[in-house]
Amino acid sequence: MAMLSFEAKYRVRGGTLVGGDLFDFWMGPFYVGFFGVTTVFFTLLGTALILYGAALGHDWNLWRISIAPPDLSYGLGIAPLKAGGLWQAITFCAIGAFVSWALRQAEISRKLGMQYHIPIAYGVAVFAYVTLVVIRPILMGAWGYGFPYGIMSHLDWVSNTGYQYLHFHYNPAHMLAVTFFFTTVLALGLHGSLILSAANPGKGEVVKGPEHENTFFRDFIGYSIGTLGIHRLGLFLALSAAFWSAVCIVISGPFWTRGWPEWWGWWLNLPIWK
Amino acid sequence: MTWGIRFSLGTLAVVGGTLLTIAMINGFEHPPVQTAQGGYRGTGMDENYNPRTLAALHAASKLPGVLPQLPATGPAASAVYKNVHVLGGLSVGQFTRLMASITTWVAPKQGCAYCHNTKNMADDGLYTKIVARRMLQMVQHINGDWKQHVATTGVTCYTCHRGQPVPSQIWFNEPGPEHAHGMAEAFFGKNQAAGSVNDSSLPYDPFTPYLEHSTNIRVQSTTALPAGNPQNIKDTEATYGLMMHLSRALGVNCTFCHSSRDFSDWSQSTPQRVTAWYGIRMVRDLNNDYLNKLHDVFPANRLGPLGDAPKINCATCHQGVYKPLFGASQLAGFPELQGPVPPAAAAQ
Repeated sequence: MAMLSFEAKYRVRGGTLVGGDLFDFWMGPFYVGFFGVTTVFFTLLGTALILYGAALGHDWNLWRISIAPPDLSYGLGIAPLKAGGLWQAITFCAIGAFVSWALRQAEISRKLGMQYHIPIAYGVAVFAYVTLVVIRPILMGAWGYGFPYGIMSHLDWVSNTGYQYLHFHYNPAHMLAVTFFFTTVLALGLHGSLILSAANPGKGEVVKGPEHENTFFRDFIGYSIGTLGIHRLGLFLALSAAFWSAVCIVISGPFWTRGWPEWWGWWLNLPIWK
Repeated sequence: MTWGIRFSLGTLAVVGGTLLTIAMINGFEHPPVQTAQGGYRGTGMDENYNPRTLAALHAASKLPGVLPQLPATGPAASAVYKNVHVLGGLSVGQFTRLMASITTWVAPKQGCAYCHNTKNMADDGLYTKIVARRMLQMVQHINGDWKQHVATTGVTCYTCHRGQPVPSQIWFNEPGPEHAHGMAEAFFGKNQAAGSVNDSSLPYDPFTPYLEHSTNIRVQSTTALPAGNPQNIKDTEATYGLMMHLSRALGVNCTFCHSSRDFSDWSQSTPQRVTAWYGIRMVRDLNNDYLNKLHDVFPANRLGPLGDAPKINCATCHQGVYKPLFGASQLAGFPELQGPVPPAAAAQ
């Protein structure tokens, strides 16, 4: 595959995190790298284990295939393969692949002379996953608290786990996470519509620049955050959404065992109006 | 703003924020936690417990000692004592043992005189004696006719009373705070952060409609598209209010009875939901046939703000535990409480 004109400048060896120049080359347009190899290794192994687990299941209905975690009675030990051990191995592979991918992003960022915004942003999503299947299970004392890997089964888990705390909308971190998710969407909606309208002028008009865009928003809502600012804001909102999602599940169980409505007793019991 | 105002407002915000944060952090619990897995692994059908809270509940669920059982020999209680309506078929020994046990269960501090005129034990002058007699019949009715709910574990006076003349968890019809009615009503009993509904925004009185009257609890439509389900969102919130009460009374969450993928479907629910279904009917039965019928017996200070008799709900027996007293039963030692005692002649 042909290189783009500016690519030669960036296709430089070195800057790897481990392994010296091991796998420090490109295959066609794709950088390989040590962590590219580990990503592929964990991905293939994990997917093969999922297929094995699916073959052990009752049917091949895509919606019903599910790899369930062990019973709580296994605690933090290793479970037999067909009684949740498969889930443990797949979880290990998933984390191996996700972390490898983040490190590969970091290596590419170094080669490009960029900062680490991309691996950090991706790392927050990985952190949310690790919170669900590692941090919270360890805090509660059993791998069985992880969610099952299946299209419908993971939804059942989410629903039941929410109802374990009666009404999850009363979870303070869930409130923050939901608010950040919606605000991310609002910001993206405002930003996307602005870019689309600036880049698609009417017949006979020219493409509009940042001054035009700023003027529009100053007119519309009295303030324009600017071309760079909107991307910083978007990153902050999106990462906050994922971060508070992780917090909202890690406090449910380890730090609160009852219904979330009841947690607000601290507010009702403030000495000012108790 | 001047520097002074800025400084004071800033200090106020920092101090206020810190105090609020401390109050909030204090509200949390901490690991280790304890969980009872209820469903297949990975379905999230689990009951979560704080072992510290659980230890306190266990401590509060200690049973009192039981007096040794006596043989059914000797004269019948009805032949020796006057005015014995319910337990006349027991022997004098058995009768006296039960009276002593009731004292331990209900009025350990007050003693016999709480229900009896000690100068004439047969006298029905004290209202507490009339209530106690009816409550004995109620216990026999529960253990004899409501096995679908209480199984062979059954109940004794202690299940609710726990050594107190008035059980700690009773309820009355609640007028609620003053509010507008008719077209101007925007109250509907909601947003009171009431303990009865676990401090949620749901209607604060889930008892009157469901545990005294027989209002329909099931609100979910059975068809995908609207097809004449008359239940509205108000009814739904009231149902959820009742469920909040059940949850708090039993110290369990929704998944104790329901799979949240389909709350109304019996085939996806746990066996406990059947027990709970009978429990709700049992409480209704007892409130109407036993407690409300004692209305005229109770003095005014035992009645509610609307003048109604004290009533029971799930918490009256359960007191925060999925099985009252963690399933410990004393019923085997009290055959006379397992159903109506036949009169003396038939007992021979």
